[in-house]
Amino acid sequence: MDPHAAAAQRKTYFLVFGALLLLTLVTTGVAFINLGPLNTPVALAIAMTKAALVMIYFMHLRHSTFLARVFAGAGLIWLLHFITFTLSDYLTR
Amino acid sequence: MAEIHGALAHQFDDPEQQVEASTLGMWTFLATEILFFGGLFVAYIVYRLSYPQAFAAASHHLDILLGTVNTGILIGSSLTMVLAVYSAQMGRSRSQILFLAATLALGLAFLGIKGVEYQHKFHEHLVPGAGFQFSDADPRHAAIFFSLYFGMTGMHAFHMVIGAGLLIWMALRAWRGEFSASYYTPVEMVGLYWHFVDVVWIFLFPLLYLIGRH
Repeated sequence: MDPHAAAAQRKTYFLVFGALLLLTLVTTGVAFINLGPLNTPVALAIAMTKAALVMIYFMHLRHSTFLARVFAGAGLIWLLHFITFTLSDYLTR
Repeated sequence: MAEIHGALAHQFDDPEQQVEASTLGMWTFLATEILFFGGLFVAYIVYRLSYPQAFAAASHHLDILLGTVNTGILIGSSLTMVLAVYSAQMGRSRSQILFLAATLALGLAFLGIKGVEYQHKFHEHLVPGAGFQFSDADPRHAAIFFSLYFGMTGMHAFHMVIGAGLLIWMALRAWRGEFSASYYTPVEMVGLYWHFVDVVWIFLFPLLYLIGRH
């Protein structure tokens, strides 16, 4: 890797780290504000943003092959099925 | 297999293919881990939808300051982990070992704080079982929250203990000079595992600590 690309990559890691810390403080702060039914969706949206940052930058999906991304996505799609079909039962009783 | 470290195993065409095979294998393992933790998360969703008041009341008994600090520590350990992989990529074995050690130290700090939190819960009679006491909501439903709390954070902590062992193993191998700028796949794979454990916590933290705080 050439030195410029390496330095840029290192800088990206620190920026992502800063963003993750900031989002952690935001999610804790927002929990103390009454948003009615929106508190949990907001907390989950922040968590998903943080998870995406970790997966894309720290887990290197940004530089991974298409096949590796498909493998990573497969687990998430399965989890989505798991949650959706369970709730389609519990929420419609 | 110690003699072929860094070498191309005979079943692969080239080093790139070998790295990709490892990466795909690791993501496949992590997909099974997503489903494993998914079972716990789905149990949480079902019970929280069933007993929202008891879950909010029980969540108030968790230490939000320690939870937030621990989230920061774990995110910091993900930074040092990715920097260890970066150092390996650059062929800097000394800084690689230092970053692995830093990751280990932060991981152990996380587990230490978790231990302090568990101890508080024992003293406050919030561990489900014969000694469980809860007056803010239906104790039977609050006990479900604490069962999930100990089950999910305990399983997460167990993964961190395994991760700590992997970090020590990687640091030893780096110290023996087994990695180079052209071969550091094991460090990268341990990194994927460590970041995955971080992602699990990123969801556990708001779901367990931050319900109904306002």
